[in-house]
Amino acid sequence: MSLIRSSILVFKKDLRSELRMRYVINSLIMFVLVAISIIRFAVADEIVEKEVLTGLLWVVIFFASSGGLARAFVKEEERETSYALKLSIDPSSVFLGKLIYNFVLSFALNIVILILFVAIMDYNIMNVFSFLVILVIGNFGLVVSSTIIAAIIAKADSRGTLYPVLSFPILLPLLLSVINASKQASYGDTLASLSGDVMILISYSVVVLTASLMLFRFVWED
Amino acid sequence: MNPVTIKCNNLRHSFSGKTLFNDLSFTLSSGGSIAVTGRNGSGKSTLLKLVSNLLQPVSGIVLLEVNGKSVPRDDFHRYAGMSAPYISLYDELSGKENLEFFAGLKNVSLSNVEPLLKRAGIYNSRNKTVKNYSSGMKQRLKLCFALLNEPVVLILDEPMTNLDSEGNEFVRAICEEQKQKGILIIATNNPDETALCSEILNVEDFK
Repeated sequence: MSLIRSSILVFKKDLRSELRMRYVINSLIMFVLVAISIIRFAVADEIVEKEVLTGLLWVVIFFASSGGLARAFVKEEERETSYALKLSIDPSSVFLGKLIYNFVLSFALNIVILILFVAIMDYNIMNVFSFLVILVIGNFGLVVSSTIIAAIIAKADSRGTLYPVLSFPILLPLLLSVINASKQASYGDTLASLSGDVMILISYSVVVLTASLMLFRFVWED
Repeated sequence: MNPVTIKCNNLRHSFSGKTLFNDLSFTLSSGGSIAVTGRNGSGKSTLLKLVSNLLQPVSGIVLLEVNGKSVPRDDFHRYAGMSAPYISLYDELSGKENLEFFAGLKNVSLSNVEPLLKRAGIYNSRNKTVKNYSSGMKQRLKLCFALLNEPVVLILDEPMTNLDSEGNEFVRAICEEQKQKGILIIATNNPDETALCSEILNVEDFK
């Protein structure tokens, strides 16, 4: 109970800090607008297949995540507030609090990206329910991996380049499944017919979450 | 007074192959206080980080016993309070919001926050964001953070830094109170701060 309560307090603190300072939100919104505008200008009047559009959608989501989620622990280290957290709660509470915050931030951002993609790129989704379920599960897996990677890179000097280098191989299985499943959902496949990919996505998230909770304390300690 | 003992046995720590201290041991019991001294870079702050579990020693062990029971390393934070120049609070939150956040994490009643702010002399600035605090006000807030859970082990690294005479009196008062209810550890080279402790440990004696 204490774990959940502490995690929620960390989440609320991060949300309040972000809403007050806008460390990440403004830059992410600008990135998303610029990225989708460039894709629109590059495509011009060409008719683009859904396979390509789905791939582009996840490219934007991946790079937006690498810009936003990676900041979760970096700002604690840069501003020397991590010691105050270490002196107050267990590492697991810090990890879960950051995870909840990253999930909320990332999910809100993904919804914005999806709406812009549908509006600007004429991305037509035939089975909206399946697509949204895939987006939520895929987003969760992305956030779990990104959160533990963010904790690792926060200790390093060359943080900017390290995130994509570390995250790409770890996220590859997730990205392959989520791109395939969301493409099929955009063609109208039901969730039942996507059960293979859904199981992979859920298994991936469970494995990475379990490993992260076990390993986080070693990353968090100096 | 809670019976409390802290034992540091044969501590050794090094950075990049350079040994800071070796075979460093001391024991403190309730009412005990120690001033850790030494030149800049000699390892005073590192020793305090080891005692508070912010760092793991290369070898040796830190043991904390409260009411006769050994406290696991991961639970040290429940019994210790610490203030140091390298511990910062959140600039974008107000002083009161910071303390309420950490009170929630430490499972301390929120009603403890305002009296502590009043005692530290920053109550009137409680709703200002910390980025607008002076360095002395930030130091007072850090001391409030350390005292929030009424710790049995109070660890202070250069507590009078940036403080005016009124702030120094606040530090003296909390140190005297701490000696009545638990253990006090101060890292310092300031004679005023050293005088607050009954024992002195020079980390340079353990090279």
